[in-house]
Order: sequence, then structure tokens, then C-alpha cells
Amino acid sequence: MRNTIHVNDHRLISRSDLAVIADMIPHGAKILDLGCGSGRLLKALKMLKGAKIMGVELDQGKIIECVRRGVPVIQSNLDGALPEFTDNSYDYVILSRTLQAVMHPDLLLAEMLRIGNKGIISLMNFAHFDARLQMMGGNMPVTRSLPVKWYETANIHPGTLSDFRLLCRDKNIRIVREIPLAQPGDTLRFLAPLWPNLFASNCIFVVSK
Amino acid sequence: MSEKTEPKTESPVGIVTPKDFHSDARLKLDCGRSLRDLNIRYETYGTLNPDAGNAILVEHALTGDAHLAGRHDENDRKPGWWDEMVGPGRPFDTEKYFIICSNVLGGCSGTTGPGSIDPDTGEPYRMNFPVITIQDMVRAQKLLIDHLGIRKLLSVVGGSMGGMLATQWAISYPEMVSSVIAIATAIHIPAQAIAFNWVGREAIMADPTWDGGNYSEQPQKGLAIARMLGHITYLSEESMRHKFGRKLQSSEDYSFDFSTDFRVESYLNHQGNCFVERFDANSYLYITRAIDYFDVSDQADGDNFKVFDNVHCPFLVVSFSSDWLFPEYHGRDMARTLIENGNDVTFCNIRSDYGHDAFLLEAETLSRLMTGFLNNIYMEE
Repeated sequence: MRNTIHVNDHRLISRSDLAVIADMIPHGAKILDLGCGSGRLLKALKMLKGAKIMGVELDQGKIIECVRRGVPVIQSNLDGALPEFTDNSYDYVILSRTLQAVMHPDLLLAEMLRIGNKGIISLMNFAHFDARLQMMGGNMPVTRSLPVKWYETANIHPGTLSDFRLLCRDKNIRIVREIPLAQPGDTLRFLAPLWPNLFASNCIFVVSK
Repeated sequence: MSEKTEPKTESPVGIVTPKDFHSDARLKLDCGRSLRDLNIRYETYGTLNPDAGNAILVEHALTGDAHLAGRHDENDRKPGWWDEMVGPGRPFDTEKYFIICSNVLGGCSGTTGPGSIDPDTGEPYRMNFPVITIQDMVRAQKLLIDHLGIRKLLSVVGGSMGGMLATQWAISYPEMVSSVIAIATAIHIPAQAIAFNWVGREAIMADPTWDGGNYSEQPQKGLAIARMLGHITYLSEESMRHKFGRKLQSSEDYSFDFSTDFRVESYLNHQGNCFVERFDANSYLYITRAIDYFDVSDQADGDNFKVFDNVHCPFLVVSFSSDWLFPEYHGRDMARTLIENGNDVTFCNIRSDYGHDAFLLEAETLSRLMTGFLNNIYMEE
């Protein structure tokens, strides 16, 4: 029997991108989640995959939540280096909807691949069809997957899937896998696998050095 | 740590009676000497499970004692030093855990220290008391834990020197410790802390009443100065600004002499005077020296990592943003060492204006962290 979690089929994980991430983690892997929030994903990975887990989070309230869940977490700002973690000390380093919210996404990406053998990045797509439609109207998008106004959003680097591929090419980062995701309500969501940059509202990239 | 003001809530622990454990064992010390006929003063709260698997050892700081919570007498003005953490629904939940707190070796609140009688001479040890280390303090506590029939502690918890003791427990007896909570502490005592300890001891020893340690009455001035100096390091610039500012104590104007004009002066004076009532000058010398000598890497020929080789338990490491005695990077450095060692580590630098003393004052955040951490350890054991 395959030890996997299927999308929305477990109460531990309600966000579809997290379920996909959980699905691709092999049993017993060593996982570091950068920007782990209140530790839901890590807790699920520990329980379902027997993963050796560690989180990094800045927010004190979320750290308390992690501790309550039994998720070890280091308080740190992802805008700087992470000297707490040595080179190649994790199998996977996860950045779930975090990369666009940090000051230097390119540096964090490098830091991620210094610490981990593989990186898993869940990215919001600012070039999604629904977002483009709103941009045509002259405003920054507020959509189902980007629900917050431009002045409130934590995503200070609104990039697209295509932008991310370019960044990886410039930095010699290999994209191992790309899993475009669409959610119910997205326009023409069945086209997401065919034309991700237009129809996937977010995407999961697996990267390596 | 500081004297605290009135308790916020009534202690649910009620009346506690300190106990004494007398050990016949001869305790070999790091300095090469040994001690015999030890007494260890301790208090316990809650009930030990039949399997003795629910015990938490709480370590006090430099000037603390075994009186963690509750009152010795209903007329006591104040409860124990960390009362708000002990009781049903609190981090040290007396309905789940058996909590132990003991006065450290070298102390002056019931456990053998320089003020105790030397069985070889029938006289107080005074300065003949051997120079002890944090490891020695842990060795002495081990006798107590063995006596209580506890093979494994669910957690060892402490702030400041208490955090050093908690960490040392995991290093000295890794098979006996299921987790550690180390608050506002360090695994190598920094030069600045050593410097303040030095000046404090110099103040005591410069007081003629100290008399080479052979005083019949406390060297009040010297000990009070040591305390005032120490106290400044437990506060922060922010907390002093908020608490005192430039406020004057009583008069409308400056006195134009050298008495206590400012509220901060009067506060320190008060702290110094209270301290002299309850603490012994020679104990202050011995315990601060033990702190100075604390550097875990000494136990593995300078190798920071090797010392944790056998330590596999989870750690909760906490620092406070305004603590300048043990600044954030000490906690972070400890967390980093433990991560590299493969331990499950949580590190949180709690935002606080209270300086080093925050470990006694930031009860809410600390309490939520400790409750969650201990609960998970308890469920896993």
C-alpha cells in the first residue's frame, strides 16, 4: 500500500498545495519548513510520514502554536542567513507561500539549497488568468488565491511562474518537478496542467542544485 | 533574580513544607576535594506517579531557593519565587506532574554551603568550603533524585543559572533526562557576566566586616553593593526608563547632597537591603564563581559538539529581546549546537522590555510555551 495523502483526504491538511507537498515526501525524510506558520504541515509530515521535522518562523504567536503541536521551531527572520543550519543537513527544505514574502527571494533560494538537498516551493501565480483580467482593468489583482489588497499583502515580490523559472535559470537552479495547481472557482482550471502560467493559480516546484 | 512585587493571583499550591535529605555519600568535586554529610533542602508539589515518570525538576537562579511555590505559612507575605507557574492548569500542573525544586549546593537556604558546619572541624566551613561548579551542584542533586526513586526526569527546567543546571543535567545524566527547558541562559558564560560577578565579589571582600569570610554579621555594605550591581544587569535600559525615568523619590527638588534623590537609587538601595536579610555573602562568592566556570565545552576538551554526543532529548531554549546579561545570541548559539547535534530544538526570543528578569516576569508567553512543550513530552513518554 502506498503511504500517501490524497488531496483533501485528510483533516490534517486542508490546503491543497500542502497536501501535494506532503504527498511527495518519502517516509522518514528530514524536513525543514521555512516560514512554517503554526506547524500544521510539519505535524502532518511527522504523523503520516514519520518525518524528522524542524520549522523556522518569525511570529511569536505562531511559534507558541508550533510548540503546542509538538513541532520544533526556531525563531528566525528569513530576510537574513540561517546560520543555525549546516550545509546539506536536510533532505527537503520547504518554502510554502513564503518566497514572495521575503526581502531577498533569490538569496533565500540559495540558502534553501545550501541547507537542503532538494527544495520544495509553493508559489502564488500573479500571472494567473483571473489576475491578468484584473490587471487589464488597471488594478493589482484580488482573487480567490490572492485574496488581499496590494497594500495589505505579505507578498512583496509579486512574481509569476514564468518569472520563477527565469530566476532558477539565472541562478543555475534545476527545476526537478513542476506541479501546477488550480482551485475550485478558478477560470478554466482544467487547463492548468497545459498552460500553467496562465491557468494555474499556484504551483509547486521541486528544485535542486 | 529580583525581588518580586505582590503576586498577581493567590497561590493554588497552598501551604508547603520544605524537606531535608541528608546524604551519607561522599561527593567528589571538580576541584579535587570532596564533601560529606550533605544536606539538601527541597520542596515538592503534586504527586509522584507509581512509575515515577511524571517528575519535573525546577532549578533556581543565583539567589533563588527551594521555595518554588505556595507559602510556608499562611502569614507569609509572598509565595515562592515562580508561584505563577505551579498549580492546576499551569505549566507545572500539580494534577499531572510531580515537581521538585531544591536549593543548590553552596547555597544558604538549607542545602550544604559555606555557612554549614564542616563535619571534620565542627566549625562552619566559611572560606574552607571547596570551590564548586555547576556540575558539582548537579551531582549533589542527583543524590536527591535517586533518593526519591526517580530514574528519569520528564524535564529539567530553569532560568539563568537554573538554565545552566538544567543543561548540565542532560550532559551529566543523559539517560535520566527526557527534556530540557533552558531560559535566559548560556552554555559558555560570557566575559561581561564574569566581569560583573568579579566586581560583585570584590565589593563583598572589600567590606572590612567580611573579614576573610569569618564574619559574625553579614558584610552588609559589600553584599548590598554586589546585589545592586547584579540587579542593574537583570533590568534593561527600557525597563528602567519606564519604571523610574528621572523621577525623584520624595523631595520636590534635588537635595544637593549624596543621599537618594532619584527613585532608581532608592529602589536599588531597597533591593540591596532586602537581599542582605536573606542571603549569605560567602554563598554569593561561591555560587557566582560556579557560574563563571560554566562552559560546557570544558567537559570535552573544548569541543562544543562532543559534549552533547549522548544528549538526544528535546530542548526548549528561550531568550528575551532586552536581556543584555545573556543576550539572544547565547540562546541562538545553544540552539544551533543542539540542531547540529540532531536534537529537536525550539528556540524563541521573547519580545520583552524586562531584561534578564523577564524570565520571572513574562509569565504569559513563557507559560504558554512551557505548557505546550511539557504536555508533548508527557504524552510521548
